Amino acid sequence: MTVTICRCEDITEEEIVEAIEDGYTELESLKRHLRLAMGQCQGKTCIPLTERILARKLGKGPDDMDEPTARPPSRQVSFGVLAGDEDDR
Amino acid sequence: MKMTDKAGAVIIGGGVNGLGTAYHLAKKGYTDVVILEKSYICSGASGRNGGGIRQQWSSSENIKLAMESTKMFEELSDELEEDLEFIQGGYLVLAFTDDELEQFKENVALQRKMGLDTEYVSPEEAKEMVPQLNISKVKAATFNQSDGTVYPFPVVHGYARVLREAGVEIREHTEVLDIETSGDEIASVRTSDGKIKTDTVVNAAGGWSSDIADMVGVELPNKPYRHEIMVTEPFARFLEPMIISFHHGIYFSQSKHGNIVGGIGNPDEKEGINQRSSLWFMRTMAKTLVDFIPQFRSVNMLRQWAGLYDTTPDAQPIIGPVPEVRRFYQLNGFSGHGFMVSPVVDKVTAELILGETPSMDIERLSVERFEGMDLEQEYSVVG
Repeated sequence: MTVTICRCEDITEEEIVEAIEDGYTELESLKRHLRLAMGQCQGKTCIPLTERILARKLGKGPDDMDEPTARPPSRQVSFGVLAGDEDDR
Repeated sequence: MKMTDKAGAVIIGGGVNGLGTAYHLAKKGYTDVVILEKSYICSGASGRNGGGIRQQWSSSENIKLAMESTKMFEELSDELEEDLEFIQGGYLVLAFTDDELEQFKENVALQRKMGLDTEYVSPEEAKEMVPQLNISKVKAATFNQSDGTVYPFPVVHGYARVLREAGVEIREHTEVLDIETSGDEIASVRTSDGKIKTDTVVNAAGGWSSDIADMVGVELPNKPYRHEIMVTEPFARFLEPMIISFHHGIYFSQSKHGNIVGGIGNPDEKEGINQRSSLWFMRTMAKTLVDFIPQFRSVNMLRQWAGLYDTTPDAQPIIGPVPEVRRFYQLNGFSGHGFMVSPVVDKVTAELILGETPSMDIERLSVERFEGMDLEQEYSVVG
């Protein structure tokens, strides 16, 4: 059975496990290797799931994993709003 | 895993240039190399840049490095068996002032003399290339089709995979604490995880390279400066070239996935190691982007981040040995364009380590140029 972990970038559990075995043993480098957490949801779904896969593979607890740096804006905002256009407010 | 305590060469920095140098050494059969990275591979500027591959520079050294590197990037996807997403959609460089027009004339003349077929483009022709572009203040532009973009991660990760397969040790989360010398020779590198005996060190530490050189009493003029960048949601590809303006300090392109990736420089940025995101950038980038392409108003920004330019006084890299310490090779000071020139400078650094004649003359990029010599200033820095 294929388990999809990241819907934005279409990444499966199998691909994550393979990447961990290839030496990408932390969330920051898994993210850069697989584009994990780089899609529209910004990791809200895939990061906690990947954290558990990684912890299991490394024999650690999920709380021992370093979270990737949070990047602003925390949800998508249009350039119109950011540029201060009146009619976009 | 047993850690090596002795190596033919130690490379400091797990970015594109450190790993690229090890890659070129491995290609020649030399794998007695340890790469030290204080964080994870590609954690510095190599994983924080816009992936631009530009040959349109104002200094002959940068043009030469970028031309040869572009040719090497054309082959690299096949060589690494990775999709590097290298797209040669060209760079459209916009001029907004009379001073820029004058500089662009010199740039194009020099580039054409060096065999690079950059062309002058009128504002109307620029609009033909990008119909959504606001050309009301554009005076002229230059365009070179063979410039483009690459996706940085698979390049660096591709090198790492080949190196691991060849048995080269890449040590992440291992910080260099000191480089020990005996006379004018390197004796060992002391790290947060033990000592490695070696007589050869490559300083490819990006924004931290001056600190590394300091360990052996070598003074580099490089200073780190934060530069910020962002990515939008993906949408159907419409933008072929990378668009840049030195006047605004902006660059942006559309990736193969459809995201707009771009940055804008802050002229008031202070020197120092700072990789935090700012509200100034978010607002300035948004305002400038919608001025360039009004339709961007409805596009969503997804994420912003920052990285370091390791900046030299003439905005050209420092490559090669230093007079004070033997076999201490510099591979730094890239001033914001280290990814795009990496293939050739990494190849040359590997040649220097092996005592071969460099396939490209890089003598003018020695650190010694800063001592009293007339510098050829690079003007075409952006972001």
